[in-house]
Amino acid sequence: MNAAAEFLRRSAEKAADLTHRQIIRRNMETYDVAAARGRTRFADWDAARERCAAIKHEAIENLDALLIQFEEKVLSRGGHVFWAENSAEAREYIAKLAGDRGVKRVVKSKSMVTEEIHLTPALEALGCEVVETDLGEYIVQLRNEPPYHIVTPAMHLSRVQIGELFREKLEGVTSDEPAELVAAARRKLRAAFFSAEMGISGANFLVADAGMVAISTNEGNGRLCTTLPRIHVVVTGIEKVIPRLRDLAYLWPVLATAGTGQPITTYSTLIGGPRTAGEIDGPEEFHVVLVDNGRSELLADVEQREVLRCIRCGACLNACPVYKQVGGHTYATTYQGPIGSVLTPHLRGHDFDHLSYASSLCGNCTSVCPVKIDLHHHLLHNRRNSVQADQRPPSERLGFRMWRWMMMSGSRFSQLAKLGKFGARVGKAIGIDPLKPWTSYHAAPELPRRSFRDLWKDGHV
Amino acid sequence: MARVLRRIGCELSFPEDQTCCGQPAFNSGYWDDARAVAQRFLRVFEKAECVVGPSGSCITMVRKFYPGLFCGVLPTYSKFYEFSEFLTSVAKVEDLGASFPHKVTVHDSCHALRELGIKEGPRKLLRNVKGLELLEMPHAEECCGFGGTFAVKFGMISSAMADTKLQNAVTTSAEFVTSIDPSCLMHLDGVFRKKQSPLKTIHLASILASEATQ
Repeated sequence: MNAAAEFLRRSAEKAADLTHRQIIRRNMETYDVAAARGRTRFADWDAARERCAAIKHEAIENLDALLIQFEEKVLSRGGHVFWAENSAEAREYIAKLAGDRGVKRVVKSKSMVTEEIHLTPALEALGCEVVETDLGEYIVQLRNEPPYHIVTPAMHLSRVQIGELFREKLEGVTSDEPAELVAAARRKLRAAFFSAEMGISGANFLVADAGMVAISTNEGNGRLCTTLPRIHVVVTGIEKVIPRLRDLAYLWPVLATAGTGQPITTYSTLIGGPRTAGEIDGPEEFHVVLVDNGRSELLADVEQREVLRCIRCGACLNACPVYKQVGGHTYATTYQGPIGSVLTPHLRGHDFDHLSYASSLCGNCTSVCPVKIDLHHHLLHNRRNSVQADQRPPSERLGFRMWRWMMMSGSRFSQLAKLGKFGARVGKAIGIDPLKPWTSYHAAPELPRRSFRDLWKDGHV
Repeated sequence: MARVLRRIGCELSFPEDQTCCGQPAFNSGYWDDARAVAQRFLRVFEKAECVVGPSGSCITMVRKFYPGLFCGVLPTYSKFYEFSEFLTSVAKVEDLGASFPHKVTVHDSCHALRELGIKEGPRKLLRNVKGLELLEMPHAEECCGFGGTFAVKFGMISSAMADTKLQNAVTTSAEFVTSIDPSCLMHLDGVFRKKQSPLKTIHLASILASEATQ
């Protein structure tokens, strides 16, 4: 089954799942309240969005120079920088590093790019044990599932479901009490932190002028992943670079507010390289893997390059009424929701064009985006690109050709309602409902006896 | 709509040659087809001083998407108005002398709300309707799920969104859901009746056209 058909099947299944809808609604409402309160902490939230959009715009327009500036600083402190053209190159570099250094255990803090490049299976194939240390990520890893949401990976689960999972997989869990569940995960994760030889993290921002990696986590797992193991590998997309350290004064609070409603994420960390003489902690080796994987092509597209501004806050997912019905897994992509629907065809090709059509174009995503990406208009661009690349079904093409023929004449158009009524009668006579895609979910439309056009003509209006 | 506009003294014409603004093709990615129909649309309304439409979505197409479709070749798009917007901003009328003794809740149609910035206008007009009790539903700004061909291509998602809207509207004990977009209303009406809900849909213009029966 192709990706589009699979999406249709899974989305229909999820949209009918009322329990799922209820859990998502409840979790989203908690978020909505927190984010709304968070925004009021800003004297002018829109001005802050404007500022962040401008910073990211500047970064994207100067991406090449900023990345080189970042690289030079990291190299000068004894770190390594690897430029990966695609997923395979990134995976191979990290796998080779793990193999050469005899790594057996890897701890990971949250990173969507490592999901994008399918890093964990590659390391497991080498015989490494890979442990996710973000609690939500750990939960979905125990369930052998991909993240459901780019910020809150286990949003689809209730406390009871997590309790059941932990009782099955972990020792010493007897109830669904949050404190007990967290304590059980902590015992397991602490042991992993202390025994791992390699820590892998993502990056929220790459600060060019300081040559540092900025990481935000709420559980402190990011700091443990990046300081305790002997080797720290940062895996990140090239679009994460920003010009200046002081830009974080805007980006950190805006990211946190848009993502979770917090004033700032609990642990905001800046890392510049391996441990140097005299320092008491930090890794011996520090590697940054800069992943392109289609981003340069998007950068070359003047109309859509602003999509690279995304700071992965997740606000557009939370605002999306389609996401709320179908949930994250249905997308079958690394990045879900509006940003995923916009981005994925650029990263993975036309097989994902259907996602750009799976939207009512309501625009709520655009209205919440903290870096002002015109998300729903990019869905329209993707749709146009899909038509231009001849990716649409012939029946749809033909349909719009007929539609155009109808609409290019006032007299043909005025016959449309009559034609419709006639079609419905014929359909009924031969047992086919031409409106089935509509009438499966809607009562048949009640057409007025006379059209406005006819009433107008007769002077009845 | 025609009745309401006449009531405030507008002289009306209805170019019978008009068809569609082109949005269905535009939204589906068929911009060449949309452009041809859009050009025709502008030609048909060339002579009008003001064009008023009962749909925020069609007006959005003209005002917000035509400029992109015609790549900066800009005729006058600003004379196109959504109905409630025309009443409150151009004619500057808020009391139409209407009477509608029912409980009504407003669904904010996405295009009107987010593309045209229409939120308070319809509510002001409704507050001046005699006997009408205006009730706000939770998440009034959340999409009803129509989205043009989306409702046909992804019927299950679309109708689940309408169902969510229904649940929100029901909490208000309103008898009617009103909006300034017939497409939202057609979709909601279809789903409400399919689910045998007693909740009815009505366009703002129909409410404003209602007069007290003696």
